[in-house]
Order: sequence, then C-alpha cells, then structure tokens
Amino acid sequence: MSAVLFFIAAIGAVSGAIGVVMLRNQFYSVLALVFHLVSLAALFLLLRAEFVAAAQVIVYAGAVMVLYVFVVAYVGGGEEISSRSGLRIIGPLLAIALAIELCVAMLGTALKGISGKGAPYVPGFGTPEHIGKLFLTTYLFPFEVASLLLLVAAIGAIVLARRRRGLEPDQELEARYHPPRPSWTGTMAEAGGMTHFDEPEARPEGEPVGSQH
Amino acid sequence: MAIGWYLVVSALIFAIGVAGVLVRRSPLVILLCLELMLNAANLALVAFSRMWGGEDGQVFALIVMVVAACEVTVGLGLIVAMYRRGLPIDVDDLRELQG
Repeated sequence: MSAVLFFIAAIGAVSGAIGVVMLRNQFYSVLALVFHLVSLAALFLLLRAEFVAAAQVIVYAGAVMVLYVFVVAYVGGGEEISSRSGLRIIGPLLAIALAIELCVAMLGTALKGISGKGAPYVPGFGTPEHIGKLFLTTYLFPFEVASLLLLVAAIGAIVLARRRRGLEPDQELEARYHPPRPSWTGTMAEAGGMTHFDEPEARPEGEPVGSQH
Repeated sequence: MAIGWYLVVSALIFAIGVAGVLVRRSPLVILLCLELMLNAANLALVAFSRMWGGEDGQVFALIVMVVAACEVTVGLGLIVAMYRRGLPIDVDDLRELQG
C-alpha cells in the first residue's frame, strides 16, 4: 500500500516539475507547481513528517502560490518565446548529466540506511508537538532568526514594489487633481501650452499670481 | 519504501529545476524553478530525517521553507518593480549589468 502511494506521489511530483519547466503559459506553470507541491506533501506524509506536510500545503501551496498567481495576473504572463541562445540546448544536457551523476552517487554510496526503511522512531514522530518543542529549545536561535528574516523580507518587498514618485508620472493622481476641461474653456495659461499647474518655479519669483501675460 | 527511492525522486526534481533555470527566460518561471530545487532539497532532508529517526532534518526543512518564502517575496517585488518601470520581463533582454 505504501509502495503504491509512493509511486503515485512520486510520479505526480516529477510530472508537476516537468510541467513547470515545459508549459509555455506562465499561469499553467504556477498551477503545475501547485500540483507538484501537493504531491510532495504526500511524500512527506509517507516519511512520517506530518507537520512539514501540513506546512507545505498551507504555506506553500496556499499562501506563496496565491502571491505567484497575483503577480502573474498583474504582469500579464503571456506566452514566452523560447530562448535563441546556446543554453537552450546545453541546459537540458547539463541537467541530465547532473541527474545521472546524483543517481550514481546514491547507488555507489556506502550508507547502509539508504536501502532500509528508516530507523525506528518514537511515537509522535514529526507531530507539531515534537517539532514545536525542538523549535523552542534546541533550535530557538534559528527560529528567531527566521522570524527576523521574514520581517526584513516583508519590508523589502514593500519598499521594492511601492509606487515611486518621480520615476513615472502618476496618471491617476494627475487626472484627479487636474481633470481635463471641455474645449473652449480654461485659462490662458493652458491655451499657451502650460498644462501643468503644479510647477510654481516656472513662474518668476515675487510676481503676483494674477499678472501673467 | 526504501529511503533511496525518495532520494532518487529528489535528485530528479532538482535536475528538472536546474534545467528550468537554464532554459526559461521569464524571471517568474525561473523563481518557480528555484522553488523546485529548494523542494528537492527539502525532500532529501526529510528523507534523511526519517533514515536517522531524528526530527532535526524536519526542523531544517521548515527553516528552508521560511527562506524560500522570503526569496519569493523579494523576487516578486523585483518583478513588479520591473513591470512598473516598463522594463522587459525577460532575462535575455535585461543585460545592462553584463560587462
């Protein structure tokens, strides 16, 4: 039973990964990654890592993938033209070589545990209780550093993705402050080509506002 | 199932992720392929944790998840900033820093 489940989940994980790389549409790539992550969570469950599997589904397949979908929808992920550079041919060859090398290393390893089903484990192995106890005792410092890292990343994302003044004309705000007037109305300044009112330095210093020619 | 099978799956996923990073042009898909590689490492960590019967590997996998979430946040922020400035969302066109 466990072998059947393993093969279903493993085939799902690998095919999801292939889908991420092969699908041309970015949106479908994200969906393939969601499938891959859920299959991987099943593999984690087979390895008795309940809490990691739950975190994988909630944090990864839930939150992070929603972020991806939003960004793909915002940027407008269309079909991608394939690269013309030599990497298009060399890349897959390198990846195949890496896969073969890793498999050879695994087959040739002297680790005896690899062919076994794993060491005997205590009851409650991988439950939130055990993981939480480890996080708050042995691994307290990495836990705090991880929370600090999350804070820094959140602030960094806000700083990176915010609207910057000066880099681009803010057209929505412009239209709200200076709505376009109907034709044959407006001021002489606008007729003379001066359409922006928020440039006080264009006017000579000390001159009253009403005395424009 | 023997632990070795999990490691083989992990190696395959990692190699697929490497291929994706090398072949694809969109930074968004490259980020997705980085996720694949991190997940392959996570699978190997959890498999080794099962092999030794200790939970340290699972703690390590959770920390890797946190780091991956941070990387995604900053990477997607960069992509949104690139889009706002009208830059091409394509790693072959973004070669200003290339000497």
